[in-house]
This record gives sequence, C-alpha cells and structure tokens, in this order.
Amino acid sequence: MPEMTDILNALVLFTNFVLIPGIAYGSQLALGALGVTLIYGILRFSNFAHGDVMAFGTMVTILATWWLQSMGVSFGPLPTALLALPLGIAATVLLCLVTDKLVYRYYRAKKSVPVTLVMASLGVMFVVNGIVRFIIGTDDQRFFDGERFIMKAREFKNLTGLNEGLAIKSSQGITVVIAIILVGLLFWFLQKTRAGKSMRAYSDNEDLSLLSGIDPDKVVRITWIIAAALTTIAGVLYGLDKSFKPFTYFQLLLPIFAAAIVGGIGQPIGAIVGGYVIAFSEVLITYPYKKVVTYLVPESWAPESLLQLLGTEYKFAVSFMILVIVLLVRPTGIFRGKVL
Amino acid sequence: MVSNMSNAMRATLAFTAMGTALVMVGVFQSWALSLTILNLCLISSVMALGVNIQWGYAGLFNIGIMGFAALGGAAAMLVSMPPVDNAWSAGGWNILFSAIFFIATIFAAWFVHKKMSKSRFQTIAMIVVLVTGYLLTRKFFDPAVDAIEATDSAKTGFLGGLGLPIILSWPVGGLLAAGAAWIIGKVALGLRSDYLAIATLGISEIVVAILKNEDWLTRGVKNVNGLPRPVPYELELHQSEWFVSLVEKLHSGSLIGLEGVAREVALKAALTESAGVFVKLCYAGLFATVLVIILTLCVLALNSPWGRMMRAIRDNETAAEAMGKDVTGRHLQIFILGSAVCGIAGAMLTTLDGQLTPTTYIPLRFTFLIWVMVIVGGSGNNLGAILGGFLIWFVWVESEPGGVWLMSALTGWLPEGNAVKDHLVQSAQHMRLVVMGLVLLLVMRFAPSGIIPERNR
Repeated sequence: MPEMTDILNALVLFTNFVLIPGIAYGSQLALGALGVTLIYGILRFSNFAHGDVMAFGTMVTILATWWLQSMGVSFGPLPTALLALPLGIAATVLLCLVTDKLVYRYYRAKKSVPVTLVMASLGVMFVVNGIVRFIIGTDDQRFFDGERFIMKAREFKNLTGLNEGLAIKSSQGITVVIAIILVGLLFWFLQKTRAGKSMRAYSDNEDLSLLSGIDPDKVVRITWIIAAALTTIAGVLYGLDKSFKPFTYFQLLLPIFAAAIVGGIGQPIGAIVGGYVIAFSEVLITYPYKKVVTYLVPESWAPESLLQLLGTEYKFAVSFMILVIVLLVRPTGIFRGKVL
Repeated sequence: MVSNMSNAMRATLAFTAMGTALVMVGVFQSWALSLTILNLCLISSVMALGVNIQWGYAGLFNIGIMGFAALGGAAAMLVSMPPVDNAWSAGGWNILFSAIFFIATIFAAWFVHKKMSKSRFQTIAMIVVLVTGYLLTRKFFDPAVDAIEATDSAKTGFLGGLGLPIILSWPVGGLLAAGAAWIIGKVALGLRSDYLAIATLGISEIVVAILKNEDWLTRGVKNVNGLPRPVPYELELHQSEWFVSLVEKLHSGSLIGLEGVAREVALKAALTESAGVFVKLCYAGLFATVLVIILTLCVLALNSPWGRMMRAIRDNETAAEAMGKDVTGRHLQIFILGSAVCGIAGAMLTTLDGQLTPTTYIPLRFTFLIWVMVIVGGSGNNLGAILGGFLIWFVWVESEPGGVWLMSALTGWLPEGNAVKDHLVQSAQHMRLVVMGLVLLLVMRFAPSGIIPERNR
C-alpha cells in the first residue's frame, strides 16, 4: 500500500503536467473553436483561414508589444502583450470585414454551395499566411514578459514538503481568467442583447429571421467582429503560453475544427466542451505516466518503459482520432449541432 | 473574342504557349533547367489529374493531397531500397509479430462492432479487445524499434525496402494511397462536404508525422538517399560506347579541328552536359507515358455511362439519389481513384528526386499549389488540369528569381545594408503565397471555369 505522501506526490505530478496544461490549452482551443462555430452557424461554411487569421492577429499584437516595449511601457507583472491586444483585435476585425466584403459576400449573395465558400477561405488562408510570413518571418517568436510564474515549483515544495513541485505559469492563469470572462460575455450577449438574439434567430432559420426584419448584413458583420476578437485572443494566449510560429498556427486548425465538431458544430457551448475534450485527450494520451505510477505501486513493480500511449509528435493524431470516432458514432457531436 | 473560342482552340493555343515557354527557358537559361521544369510539370499534371477526378467529376473536396503524395513517396522508398539484413535479423520477427497483433486487434474490434448486439457487454468487450491488442502490439513493437534503430544508425537504422525495381513502386504507391482514401472515405463521406476536407487534412498531417518520426521504417528526418533509378546513371553513360559515339557525332562540328588534349577536354564537357540531358529525357519519357495512360483512362471514363452518372450526381445529388444511384458509394469510388492517382504521382516525384526527405512534405507545395493548378486550368476538364499543372508549376519555379529581382528593383533606392531592404528581399519568397492565393481567388470569382472550361454536354 503506498503511503499518503506518495499518493499526494503522484497527484501533484499529475496536476502539474496534465491538469493545468490541459485546462490552459483547452481554454485556448475553446476560444478558437467558438470563432469557427459562430462563423459556421451564421455564414454556414467551415472557415479554413481561421488558423492563419489567428496568426495574423497574434502577429499584429506582437508587433504592437515590441513597439510598446521600445517605448518603455510595461504592464507591471502582467505581459505587455495584453496592452497591445486591442490593437491586434482591431487589425483582425478589419482584416475579416475586408475579406468578407471582397471575397465571401459575393458567394453569399449568389447562394453558392458551402464547398465553394470553403475553397474561397482556402484562398484567403494563402494570402493571409503569405502576409504573415512576409512581415514577421517563419521563426519562433517569444513575446512573454512580466512575472513568469504565479507559483513556482520550488515554492510549492517548500510550502508542502512534498517531492514534486506544482508550478502555475502566469500565462496559464491569464488564459483561464480571460477565457471565463469572454465566455460569460459571449453567452450574455447571445442570450440577452437584441443583436445576440438576432444572431441566434438567423442561425436557426435564415428565411424566417429575414421575414421578421433582421438585417442579415448586420448579423454577418457582428459575427465577423466577434469571431475575429475571439480568434486573436486565443492566438495571443496560445503564443504567450507556448510561442508564436506561423506554421504551428496553421496546424492548430485541426484541433480547433475537431473541437468544434466534437462539441456539435454551430453550438457555442459545444465548442467550449469540445475544446476541453480535445485538449485533455491530447495531453492524457501523450503524457508518460512512468513517474506517476512509480509513486503508486510497490517498488518491485516500478515500470521500466515510459508508459506513454503515444509520442508527443503524434498529438495531432489524437484530435484526428477523436474526430473520426465522433463522426462514426455521433456525427452531430455531443450537443447535437447543425444538421449534416 | 476569347470566350467564343472553342475548347480545342484554347487547348491548342495554351499548350503551344506552354511549349514555347519551355523552349525559351532551354534557349536562354539552359536545356537541363528546361527539362527539370518539364519533368516536374509532368508530375504536377498527374497530381492535378487526380484532384480533378475528385473535384471536377464529383465535387469532393480533398485538402490532404500532401498525405497521399507522401504515401506514394514512402512506397517508392520501400519498394526500391535493398533490405537491410542486419536490421531484419535484429528486429524483423518482433516487427512482424506486432504487425500481426495490430491487424488482429483491428479485425477483432470490427467483429465486436458488427456481430455483437448493442449493449453494455459490447462496450466492455470492445475495451478489452482494444487494450489487450494495444498492449500485445507494444510488447513486440518497442524492442523491435530499439533493435532496428540501433543497427548501424548512422548509415541504416531502418529495415530497408524490398529491393525491387523502383518503377513497381508507382502502382504500389497508388495502392497505398487508395487504401488510406478508403479509410477516410468510409468515415467522412456521406456527411457534410466540409467534413471530408477536415478528415483529409488530418490524415495528411498524420502520414507526414509518421514518415518523420518512425525511423525504423523511413529513417525519419535522416532521409533515405540514393534510391535506385529506373534510368541509366550519368557515369554509366560516360563509359558506354554508343553514347560516346553519339555525342561525338552530335558535336562533330565543334570538335573538328581540335587535337589531342583540347579535344579530350571539349568532348568531356559535351559528354557531361549530354548525359545530364539524356537522363532527364528518359525520365520525361517515363512520366509522359504515365500521364498519357492516366489521361486516356480519364477521358474514356468521363465519356462512358459511368462518367455521365458522376456528373449527374455532382450536379444534383438529390435527383441522382432519387433515380436510384448510390451517391455515397460512387463518391467513395471516385475518392479512392483520385487519391490513387495522387499516390502514383507522389511515387514518381520521389523516384525523380532519388531520395525520400519527409521534411519536404509541406501542405503549401503539395496540397494548395495543386488546387491552384486544377482551378486555374479548368476543373472538370482533364486537359485543363494538365495545363494547370504545367502553367502553375512553371510560374511557381520562375517566380522565385522573379520575386527576388522585383524586390531588389523596388528597394534599389534604399542604401545597401538597410534593414528594411534586407528584410524585403529575404522575404520575397513568401510573396509567392500571396500571389497564388490571389490567383486562386480571382480565377474563382471572375473565371470560375478556368482556362479550358468543362465541355457542355
């Protein structure tokens, strides 16, 4: 029977490497998936440019951060990027509205099949991707400053006397706080305000909502603004937590789509749940359990292998597998999203 | 005026222009470069044909072309490389056992899914099957991988291939891609059209991740170099009588009047150049043969009752379904066929490169560029897809020096060593992305049927 401290050590280890990163990553995915799902619900196509729009917003925020830093501005213990964020959001909103006007609106007016819009979003993705690489290059950028940790592993060890430390990065704390605020705001907006209600009506039944006098252009515009803001924030939070690299953001497209579909595409609550489902599956499946198990079993049983279900290089395969399972078992997703 | 031109006219004009452009490259730059571009144009065309089969005939949206091409590339390596005997004796049996357990697990899971009635018992049985299967597979797989990767890892460290002629890998690559397409199609077809797109995106990322990380199979990022060629090596040509005499005959004009050492040197230079060109011509011949075969099959298929049915399904799924056509079944069929063609093209590309380099598989080059080819060329029209393959590849290759030149010209007024100037010139290559995206958007909007539109029937 393992001793109490061993169990506690195992728990702390698990929390440190699985629970906390999972919550932070899940919140980032949820914010990204919310954007995808809103666009899907209102504009009725899967926006493949989403990942690169995210990269664009993050890039503008990084540039603004550098500019603020060069001016000697800082946000105390918080990262300067949070001050630069409004600028990033504004630029991304502008980008989305311009692409909508130049590209998507034409196909919407023509009532093209969704796949044409998807293809158009591919073209937009190309252009935005090119612009981002042209401006900031393809390298890794780290732009986190301010206090790195809310709690350091050593402090936790001293505090509790355990072997294992529990570290909480500020980026993780910021992510969770911002995600909660944003989700709260979004649901308040969708449920209580006139604009939010008209969005839901439009998503439910386009013809009926038009008959009741809802202005479709306004609904579309609000959708892009919200999606752009959510996307930029998701991108900046991800970049603060890990790092910014244009190609990584393109690759985030897969887990984000998986999250939206798993939760039920077109359903905001589904996007949030889906985000956490995907994030936790990724972390749980790629985490090596060797140390955790070593604490829990008698010494002679201690495992030799890493006890890792899948290498971290295959983390994208995890979101794909979950996507496949959901498509096979329940194609509408957990929360019964849009019709197929 | 242009819009009134018949398709045959347009095709003739466009292909003549393309041929002229390639000849111009030959005359002004070099023939070796012109042939290099031609070879890649041919491969791109085959790939574009594959995508055209899916998109043009059936309206299926596949954005995982990279994955299918990578499977073809893996096939080229696995078929042609000689087996590494030491690695096989080190871990061969264990790999075989783990493969057997892996396949057995999948069959058992399928059996449980199909044959058992839905109940809590079925769920439990499924979990038991999957967990046992996973554990057994890992038990043999892990030591095998360690043993194989440890055998002379600087040179080999992988199992090698079958040591067969590399040409054989082309159909094999097609089969591998078809297998992957079958799995994806089974899952994602019959649902919303964008789900197929997302699923293909996923599988292509996974295929490339496997190629990069499974060192025992593909050496991962260490690359596999020196794949055997289907055509003669330059060195062999230098030593063969008939080739030397051929070159002497071709260059008799410039060799006349030269004596002794001077003649030797001139002949050597001529030999080196001609051997390179000859090898590229051999490749071009092989690729053109494949292209013609696939094109013929495509044309025959499109004109057959089957082709008519496919168009009917594409243009109105509901009506076709009401007429008793199995829409999902036909979609699966055509998705597999198109992916197989992409796989063949992928194998051809790796054959031409003579090496498998998993890091070169990037979605931009292998998925999105191909899409631009199909849309610009004319989706639904086979000749259009081929033209798109030629045109876009040509522009892509020639725009690299062009972009740098343009940027240098534009920033010429800035002083040497200026940070902005350096940045702009260095980033010029990324402008190609923007240009390609704009081309795609503009063609979609203003000329949705492409350069050679689909024939109205």
